[in-house]
Amino acid sequence: MDGSLTGYENLLIFSKLYDVPRRERQARIREALEFMGLTADGGRLVGEYSGGMVRRLEIAQSTLHRPRVLFLDEPTVGLDPIARDAVWGHLVDLRANYGTTLFFTTHYLEEAESHCDRIAIMHLGKVAALGTCKELEASLVGGGHTLSDVFVHYAGSAPDSGGTFRGVAAERATAQRLG
Amino acid sequence: MTSTFIDALSGFVEKTFVITEFELRKLRHDFTELITRALQPALWLLVFGQVFSRSGAMHTGNTPYLDFIAPGILAQSVLFVAIFYGINVIWERDLGIVQKFLASPTPRAALVLGKGFSAGIRTLSQAGIVYGLSLLLGVKLKWTPLALLNVLVVVVLAATLFSTFSLVIACIVKTRERFMGVGQVLTMPLFFASNAIYPTAIMPGWLKTISHLNPLTYVVDALRTFMLAGSTSTFSLSRDYAVILLTTTILVFIGARLYSRLAS
Repeated sequence: MDGSLTGYENLLIFSKLYDVPRRERQARIREALEFMGLTADGGRLVGEYSGGMVRRLEIAQSTLHRPRVLFLDEPTVGLDPIARDAVWGHLVDLRANYGTTLFFTTHYLEEAESHCDRIAIMHLGKVAALGTCKELEASLVGGGHTLSDVFVHYAGSAPDSGGTFRGVAAERATAQRLG
Repeated sequence: MTSTFIDALSGFVEKTFVITEFELRKLRHDFTELITRALQPALWLLVFGQVFSRSGAMHTGNTPYLDFIAPGILAQSVLFVAIFYGINVIWERDLGIVQKFLASPTPRAALVLGKGFSAGIRTLSQAGIVYGLSLLLGVKLKWTPLALLNVLVVVVLAATLFSTFSLVIACIVKTRERFMGVGQVLTMPLFFASNAIYPTAIMPGWLKTISHLNPLTYVVDALRTFMLAGSTSTFSLSRDYAVILLTTTILVFIGARLYSRLAS
């Protein structure tokens, strides 16, 4: 997303780069904006958007060429609960309408629990456990475990291995530029 | 066979212009930089140019000194705008835009060349400024449509050349801080080791040799020939164009190879 262009312009440029047929461009952009609840803001500069709106616009953008799989890297990180719910509401609709497979990473386990058919828990760059939420919970000894317990069980030995300084710095810079 | 080649070529041209459009749309929302950039050529022509023209220190033959440096200052301002252009891709890298560009079915060379052209179109305003100042200072300009068209073409090509050079540097250093450092280091040598503000004839031998390897020298030579009434090329215009086009092509090729480094 470029903060110095409008939401509409960001979508227009990407629809061109991603080979969306010329005749369908305008209709798809209109539909994507409407779908993500951004119709009224399409003409505003993205630099003036809130974090949740930027995230929704990014999702709108990634649907323009109708991908069969959508890879999302922490789609709701840094958003307040209302914006998070809005983003997820749109993602769920997207999956229902276009049959898009959602493949995402998250640190919010309740998101994994409510939206995933299959969950993989990563530890030190490797898949430590894989299965449905129920299967994972049942994999621990004894009953009544939550997904959070499962996560701690499989990934608990290296408490602070995620991210790098550069990653954090870049994220800050991005957040700042986008306002 | 030929039809797939033509498809590929038209796709390449189309994508190149999409990238250019992307940049120009940004400019449309915020064109303050076009105004602030007008200041530098004004200082060089009105202050530096006028002082040195009075002193008579530079021997520029039959051409008055102000006439001599007007094309040089245009070339210089193109260089200064273009050489820092690569910082844009570092911004885009941090915003995740480069990654999306790379994931799209767009030839890498189109990503690079499109950026270069947009730098070229941005610098056209500098030509307007330098022509305005030249009129004010009584520089004897060449007003034939063919000459004017050639000036525009040379400005766009020169900006493409140096902004692509800048993009190559950005792909290598990848951070703003290092990029600004390298940019500062490169600008002045490129400028001083050229015929922009003094003729190569008065240079010491070693500097003359370097200036003949500097693409900016050929840009200045072409601009001087097309801008000034009664001026003739030192190196021949075909050599000027050949050097500019060949260097740009090589840089676009290198940029296309290095572009994906930005994503890592």
